[in-house]
Amino acid sequence: MALNASTLKVGDTRTDVLVDNLTRTQIVQYAGVSGDYNPLHSDEVYTTQVAGYPSVFAHGMLTMGITGKLLTDWVGDGRLTKFGVRFSTQVWPGDTLTGTATIAAIREEGGQWFADLTVETVNQDGKSVVSGTATARLDA
Amino acid sequence: MTIERFPVEEGHIMLFARAIGDTNPVYSDPDCAAARELGGIIASPTFVAGGSQFDDDVAVRPKIGQPWFGSGRTPSGFNREAAGLLHAEQHFEYHRPLLAGEVLTTVFREGERWEKTNRSGGTLKFEESVTEYRVKATNELVVTARMIKVMPPKKES
Repeated sequence: MALNASTLKVGDTRTDVLVDNLTRTQIVQYAGVSGDYNPLHSDEVYTTQVAGYPSVFAHGMLTMGITGKLLTDWVGDGRLTKFGVRFSTQVWPGDTLTGTATIAAIREEGGQWFADLTVETVNQDGKSVVSGTATARLDA
Repeated sequence: MTIERFPVEEGHIMLFARAIGDTNPVYSDPDCAAARELGGIIASPTFVAGGSQFDDDVAVRPKIGQPWFGSGRTPSGFNREAAGLLHAEQHFEYHRPLLAGEVLTTVFREGERWEKTNRSGGTLKFEESVTEYRVKATNELVVTARMIKVMPPKKES
């Protein structure tokens, strides 16, 4: 399943709630699978008493991964050619993240159609946690 | 920094999808329609981050017999080098879908370094790096990853 260049318009948008009430356990799951065991993401004692943060917080790459789901759910599997983000604010346990992707351009290059998208994920206060761009291959 | 051998395993892809809350069967079921179309289970867009499991130089993975900067009997000491850097940006370029069963190797290079002054006059130090994920046997480029890390200004204490 993929998007079609003929039916898609610049400005088309999709918004999904990506995670509701992020748990410490999900952050631990991500640490375990990604291999990033930085105690800032799982060790409340170290993070609060040594590093001086109010609590552990999510890996930026967890938030990027969660945001990637918004894109692949929309543009289809194996369709992304580019995906990049900037991390702006930390994501904390208990946060609810909502992502929005928007079609910024539809173009043809060497007989292949592509969509350029902007993507932004915000927390429950409407504050941006990651924002970036992506490109996906489209069917004609 | 360079990963000699990164086997892209089905179980790793499934666990990675679970951790990001993605139930898409293309990450676990080789017989689902999308996997059949693409030639098998594929890796999710940020999966190559898990390649650090196969990187011997990673500072944020405990090594057997070596001290760890997280807490145990004590809250531990602050390893500024490992813990101070924050992830500022991450960019992926996908040359084709990455399939379960492939074996990758990486080519790592340092990129630019620059500094910025924030509103309170502190210096943020940025460093860029590029990692190419290539098929080990053929050298075919599958994913290019560009990372920017930032060292925030030293906290006043």
